[in-house]
Amino acid sequence: MPLPYYVSPEQMMKDKAEYARKGISRGRSLVTLEYGDGILLVAENPSTLLHKISEIYDRIAFAGVGKYNEFENLRIAGIRHADVKGYSYSRGDVTSKALANAYSQALGNIFTQDIKPFEVEVLVAEVGDANGMKSEMYHILYDGTIEDERNYAAMGGQSDEIRRFLKEHYKEAMSLGDALQLGVRALTVTQNKTLSERDLEVAVLDRTKARRKFRRIPMEALGQLLGTAK
Amino acid sequence: MDEGHWRSLFNDYSNSSFVELLRRESPHLVPGLGPRPTSEVFEPVHGTTVLSVRYRDGVIMAGDRQATAGYQVASRRIEKIFKSDELSGVGIAGAAGPAMEMAKLFQTELEHYEKVEGENLSLEGKANRLSQMIRMNLPAAMQGLVVVPIFAGFDEKAGTGRLFKYDITGGRYEETNFDAQGSGSKDARDSLKKLWKREMGRDEALRVSLEALIDAADEDVGTGGPDLVRGIFPSVKTITRSGFGDVPDDEVKRVCEAILTERAQTGSGA
Repeated sequence: MPLPYYVSPEQMMKDKAEYARKGISRGRSLVTLEYGDGILLVAENPSTLLHKISEIYDRIAFAGVGKYNEFENLRIAGIRHADVKGYSYSRGDVTSKALANAYSQALGNIFTQDIKPFEVEVLVAEVGDANGMKSEMYHILYDGTIEDERNYAAMGGQSDEIRRFLKEHYKEAMSLGDALQLGVRALTVTQNKTLSERDLEVAVLDRTKARRKFRRIPMEALGQLLGTAK
Repeated sequence: MDEGHWRSLFNDYSNSSFVELLRRESPHLVPGLGPRPTSEVFEPVHGTTVLSVRYRDGVIMAGDRQATAGYQVASRRIEKIFKSDELSGVGIAGAAGPAMEMAKLFQTELEHYEKVEGENLSLEGKANRLSQMIRMNLPAAMQGLVVVPIFAGFDEKAGTGRLFKYDITGGRYEETNFDAQGSGSKDARDSLKKLWKREMGRDEALRVSLEALIDAADEDVGTGGPDLVRGIFPSVKTITRSGFGDVPDDEVKRVCEAILTERAQTGSGA
């Protein structure tokens, strides 16, 4: 067996990070916004079958950008984590914080130990209740870096520009329609095109719903909310 | 990467199953797999009568509220009808502890599948899954911890309500119109046999279900009747195209009182 070339750890991490970032920046973006009744998740996703946004548990949703098979794996792992925990303790003991930490650990380990890092960013959102429990959003990067976000978050290709845009325009306690309009405008801030309901995947964590707060917004309803319905 | 690794991904059909996950990750939480008592020395708490009736819009599930341990009342307010998902429910009879655990596991199983796969299991698929879970409990059942639920739901493909009963080996038997399970089940079934009609509306189906439960409570010592003093009434759920719903307590109370008054006046059912 020939000896492997020596690569300094610093260089290796740099290469991996660059590789992961490149992969992620090729993909389309995703935004989440807190609005009056909960949390809105909007992704640019022309597929109606391959989801970027999905339900994890009663109050918790997952969103991923980047390589589909990789964040799909993470999504399923998250559902497993939540269901086992909720079954062995109680439904109220499943928290987004524990889940976000698990994602952070997993992505961190993959980044340092595997040859190829995951080209993904994921977001874990948990809607608060009407009794003053705050909503939580955790944004986890390809190397396991974890940030908690307030009010809004953006991931994917042009996330910096989108975040800047949201910082300027975000208002608290928006209606669902207003939040959706803002989210869609944010997604198009770097591109010269408009997005119609066909290009979007939208879901909410709606705190007014009983037990399972996650709800997808179907295309017709989306058209109406965007005011593009004919 | 060796070939076996990716191939196994295709062969692992249990990927969307919560029960299989639990068996892999936390076997101590799987019902029926723990250590057993060597002889039957105790009397577990038993749930008694549950029934399910098909009507025009779907199915009704109803159960009395009493649990017994031997000749003692263990609880007057237990809930025996559980929502398993939006379009189906389980009515539990037999040893209350394992039965409730099974209902909870089944509910998690269906939700887990729905979340992982992004779509619901068919009603047939749900009924089969429950059957496998009952079979897992067979060793415990042989030692007295029998769990024999009723499963009922709305079949979206067929556009109708369907109901299934089970035996302790996991045998699954579909009933077309109605069925009951538990210690008072024979009396409830006899009653349903005379009262059930094709294409009943909701109100009539509700009344027929409550008549059957009152008859079961009348004949079977384990089954609790409407308790006017404490205000405890049977729990009744409807499962239709639009989902799983509770029949409000007030309405159940009104119908129970009407039945009892009528029986007192006419002497029927005495």
